[in-house]
This record gives sequence, C-alpha cells and structure tokens, in this order.
Amino acid sequence: MPLYHNDDQAMLKDSVAPFVAEQAPVSHLRKLRDSADATGFSRDLWAQFTEMGLPGMLVPEAHGGLGMGHMEAGIVLEEIGRNLTPSPFLSTSVGAVVALAKAGGTQAGRWLPAIASGEAIVALAIDEGAKHRPDRIATTATRAGNGFRLDGKKSFVLHGHVADISIVAAKTDGGITLFAVPKDAKGVTADPRRLVDSSLASHVTLDGVEVDADAVIGEVDAGGEILDALLAATRTGAAAEMVGVGQGAMDMTVNYLKERKQFGKLIGEFQGLQHRAAHLYGEMEVARATVMKAQELLDQGSEGAKLMVSVAKAKAGRAANLAVREGVQMHGGIGMTDEYDIGLYMKRDRALAEYMGDVHYHIDQVARMNGY
Amino acid sequence: MSELDAFRTEVREWLEANCPAEMREPIRDEDDVCWGGRNFKFKNAAQKAWLDACVAKGYTVPDWPKPYGGAGLTPEQTKILKQEMKRIKARSPLDSFGIWMLGPALLQFGTEEQKVHYLNPIARGEIRWCQGYSEPGSGSDLVSLQTFGEDKGDHWVVNGSKIWTSYADKADWIFCLVRTDKANKYQGITFMLFDMASKGVTTKPILLISGNSPFCETFFDDVEVPKTQFVGEINRGWDVAKYLLGHEREMISGGGAGGDMVSIGGAFAKAFGKNAAGELDDPILRAEMAAFDVDVFAYRAMGERFMDMWKTGRAHPASSNMMKYVGTELNKRRHELVMSGGGSEALEWDSEETKGGARARGWLRTKANSIEGGTSEVMLNVIAKRILDLPGA
Repeated sequence: MPLYHNDDQAMLKDSVAPFVAEQAPVSHLRKLRDSADATGFSRDLWAQFTEMGLPGMLVPEAHGGLGMGHMEAGIVLEEIGRNLTPSPFLSTSVGAVVALAKAGGTQAGRWLPAIASGEAIVALAIDEGAKHRPDRIATTATRAGNGFRLDGKKSFVLHGHVADISIVAAKTDGGITLFAVPKDAKGVTADPRRLVDSSLASHVTLDGVEVDADAVIGEVDAGGEILDALLAATRTGAAAEMVGVGQGAMDMTVNYLKERKQFGKLIGEFQGLQHRAAHLYGEMEVARATVMKAQELLDQGSEGAKLMVSVAKAKAGRAANLAVREGVQMHGGIGMTDEYDIGLYMKRDRALAEYMGDVHYHIDQVARMNGY
Repeated sequence: MSELDAFRTEVREWLEANCPAEMREPIRDEDDVCWGGRNFKFKNAAQKAWLDACVAKGYTVPDWPKPYGGAGLTPEQTKILKQEMKRIKARSPLDSFGIWMLGPALLQFGTEEQKVHYLNPIARGEIRWCQGYSEPGSGSDLVSLQTFGEDKGDHWVVNGSKIWTSYADKADWIFCLVRTDKANKYQGITFMLFDMASKGVTTKPILLISGNSPFCETFFDDVEVPKTQFVGEINRGWDVAKYLLGHEREMISGGGAGGDMVSIGGAFAKAFGKNAAGELDDPILRAEMAAFDVDVFAYRAMGERFMDMWKTGRAHPASSNMMKYVGTELNKRRHELVMSGGGSEALEWDSEETKGGARARGWLRTKANSIEGGTSEVMLNVIAKRILDLPGA
C-alpha cells in the first residue's frame, strides 16, 4: 500500500476536519476550562461525534461499528489534536475498542455496541506511578468467590471518574489479566485531578473490589497480549494526535512569522527564524510519515508493528515538542499569555507526550527490541 | 491473485534464477559497486553476469520506457521490484550519474532522438557520465557560473573550469552547465553534453580530508562542442539544472535511510559487550544510538512516503530539499556514532584490519553530504521560501 491516504480516507478527512474545526475549535476547550467543567469533555459534542459514527470507527461491523482501521482513526485524532478537542475518543474508541475486540467474549459483546452507539465511555487503568511502566504492574487480582478481588492503585486514568467501566490491568497467578471494572463497583474510588492541559485524569484506588469471573476481558493470565494490543493502539493514536498538535502549532507559528513586524520587517524575513521553521517542517513531515507507517503495520497485523509504534510515539513526541517550543519562542511575549492559543498547544503536547510512555521510554524500547 | 501479486511472484522467480549469490553479499569496497563505462573493470564474473541479466530485462532502470533500455514498470511494480531485491539483499546491478541524474533530465527535456541515443548506453552501463556544475567561484551561488561557450556557428568553444566533478577522471561523458549569454544570468546558461575525451579537457583529482579523491577539478581549454549536443533549449539550461538538482537531492537523501531497518545500536552491542541486563554497557552511548535508531527508522518511513508521493505527483515539488536536508544530517550523525562505537580502532588510518581506515575515511566523507548538491543551509532556504512561503526568503 502506498503511504498516503487513499480516496476513502481523503473523503473521511474532508468531512472530519471541518466538523471538528467548527464544532470543537480551541475556543471549545477554553469554554470547558473556564467553566470548571467537571466531566472533562462535552457530552453534547460526543453525541455529535456519534452522529458521524466516530466512536465506533474501530468497532467491528458485527458489533455495530464501522470496522475501520488505525489509519482512519488517526485521521480523526489528528484533527482532535489540531483543535485541542477534549474527548474520550483515544481511550474509549481506540484503546478500549482494540482490547475488547481482540479479547472477544462477554465483555466485547456487552461494551462494543455501547461504545459504537455513543452510550459508553471506557477508561484505561494501566499506569500505577508517575511514569508509564506496564511491565511492573503491582495491582493484584486474587480469586474470591465466583470471581476476583482487585487491590491496587492506578494513576493517569483519563476519564476515570466518569467512564462506565475502566479496563484494569492486574497481576494474576500466571500473568496479567484485564478486567472490566464498573464505575460504581464497591471499593472503587476515582479521584480526578486537573492536569496542565485542563483534562481530568484520576487516581483510581481499588480496595478489595469484587468482580464476577465474567468481568475478565479475554482469558485469565492471558491479558498480556491484549494489553500489548491496547498499548500499541493507544500509543499510535496518541502519536497521531501529537502530529495534529504539532501541525496546529507549526501552522499558527508560520502564520505569525508572516504577520509580525519588528525592525521594520516581517520577522519571517529573518534567516535565523526561517531556518528553524524549515527544520521544524522537516521534523513534522518525518513524524507524520512515521505515524502513518505504524498505522499501516498495525492495520496489516504485521510483526514489525511493535517496533514502529515505539518509533512513532518517540518521533512524534520529539517533533511535536519542538513545534510547541518553537511556537512559544517565536511568538515572543504574546506566546506567554493565556489569551493566545499557542500556550495551550504546549500544554496538550506535554500531556500527550507522557501518555502511554514518553519519548525516553520508547527510545529505550527501540533499543531493547534491537537487542541492546 | 491480483496483477501485482502475480508480478511479485514473477520477479521473485526471476531474481532467484538470475541474481548470483555473490551479488547478495553486502557491499564492502568501492570496487564492489558497478559503475559501468568504457573503462570499467568488473571485479568478478558474477558482477558482470548480474549486470547483463538486468540489462536484458531492463532492470537497471526499471521505470524507464522500454525503447530507452528500461522495463517500463509502473511505480507500484518498481516498488515491488525494489522490495524483492532488498528482501534477498541483492546489490544494485549498476550505479551511475546517468541513471540518477542525466536520465531523468533527458526523459523530461530531451528530444526523442536524444532519448534513444543517450539513454540506452546509460541503461546498459556502457557510458559513464559525470556532472559539471560547481565552479571555484560558484558553489551555493551556482547560477553565477562563468565557464563560457563561445558561439562559432555550428559549435561552441568552451573555456573555463569546474570543481567537485565526481569521478571526472573515470567518466566517459559530461553533462555540463555552460554560460552562453553573459548578459543574462538565469537565461544565459546552456546544458551541454560532451565527450570527456574531447581535445582540451583535462581533469585533476582533489585530495580530500578522507585521503581519497572522488572529486576532480575539470578544465576546459578551447573544447569544441557541436551545437546539437545540448538538452532543452539554448540559454535555458538553468531549468534543466534545477529539475536535475531535485533528483540529485532525492538521490543523496537516500544515504541517511541506510537501506534496511538495521539498528546501529544492535550492530555495536556485540563489539561493546553488554551489562548484566543485556544492555549495551555504555548507557550514554546506548541512549544516543537508540535515539538515532528512532530517527533513522522514522526517516525510512519518510523515504517510503516521499517516494510514493513523488512518483504519483502528490509530493510538493520542493520536498526533495527537505529529504536531502534531513537525510544528509542523519547520515553525518550515523558516522559520528560509528566513530564513537569503534573507539581507538576506528581511528586507524591504513591498517589491514580496518580495511585501510574505512570507518575514519567514511566518517570524513560524510561531511560533504550536507554540502554537495546544495548545502543544508540552502535546503533550509528553499523550504522556507517554496514550502512555508515565508517572506523575503
């Protein structure tokens, strides 16, 4: 397959880009933030997403979705990134859907149609400390009665305080097992924290939470593979969103270089700034290509996907970070003001960069996957 | 099975039958590369057999039309052929400036007669070309070039000199930018073709910091060039040159991708030794190599996307400048890491074990990557002006 969007994908972009830009531009984020919104996103907007069929893009058709791939999801995520749109799309419609669809069974049958119809929000409860270390999960699930008892602490759980269920990764006797834990289960406490980008992420405490055996997603002890699929999908999605954030910041900055005058010249005439902008352009183009490659490999179910996913998360992380840093610097004083949008791009980038493993984590993964 | 799948099967079978085992070994020395030309000496029978097989099939220039020595493959078929060659680690049957640079220029600007006359010997590896662009006083500011062709009716008499002419001392013919109108800077240059054996042409290799001499100074002393031997229009050679520079940038940008998904850290871990956790035991160098691996794998995806878009007319026409900039900077970084990884061994300049200081010489050679074919700074200027549309650039 050629590494550019085919006609169908281009059409999808042509419908999603104006939709997100009109319905959820940066002012939408500001409105939620300034009204101290307690949900973390707009349910009205999510209903509009549902009318477009977006929440169920990756849901298999048999479960009421569109059965699309990561390349298509990436198109939506890039627009979400470009507009800094708060939404549960990444966790619910990408991470959770991929995990549930891979696992199949009761939980898939229960939640995939509900996600596709826009009714269910699903959170991902993976991290346990300040850094993403999915190989060191300490939350335990011990057999109790007909099911399991969960104990542990999860962090950085986006939408954890409002999601209908959280997908919880826990240690069982013979490996990792994933559980669908309902919001109102006894012993679950979600403590939402406002993050730098105005999103809400919860510290989730699981204190003797009892769940039935059928809360298991997939098979007991066999959650490692499902978790890997969830992580690969979410990381690639976050990378696609970062490409949108970086591109949005870069476009805004390049426009500013063509408007702002100092020393009697447009500042875009200065070679010192031109070269930095041109360098940034190259980094963003490479990041975009890399993310598309990761999406393609995931869609093909290729063995090489895992490596390229880490490459994409790292590369998009570096490129978008450069875009927002150069953005704030090249805007000068105005870039430091809350009134101007470029700072919001910097904030969102920082949160996405950390989500599901930062640049350093994924560079290290690339070394490990190459045997050093 | 789709048509492309059938083509892949056919290619696979053909390669299996025609690519000799020796030609699936990695390139080790300069003489492993087949450059062709009147004076080329094949290193071994396999090198010649591989070239002959590819020539017969049109696979030295697979995407050129058949009447010009190609196989007339579509972009998708060409990609499949390259993938299949890469899969069995087949060497390139023929490398040349004729294929990479003059060919595309002739395909775009040449007359039908010129295409038939010049492209077939390129495709067959019979004529080796060199490029006469830069002059001592005209580097980044190439359009200021002074080599002059005086109009003598049915021929020009060319006087002047070129510099950084790659392999001029080994080339059979030159494609050369010559001023034919001193009053008109941009529209006063003609893109000429002439035999390096012409009377009045001399070359002098330039000793570089690598200790090698791939580049020459080339002098023209009353060289007669028939007025049929030019591409495009007289005085409009700059259009051809600009088009061709795009291809040169495309070619040089391939350097950073390094072909396969080969990890630099993976390659060095064996030499370094690993710690108890199985990691390369210099943690800082490990981190730098891993960060480089990320960038090189990412650039490889970029290369794939760029070619897919370039071949189908989707790419921004100036995007080859970005590829060249990113790719050459990456290649320089690779060789810095190769030197760090090699330690004191990599410093050896002429020992047998280091194949005559291959690493040190290779490292120094790469410093030219971001100078030749347009400096990194010129690339950034072009991106700023033509892609980002920044003012006054």
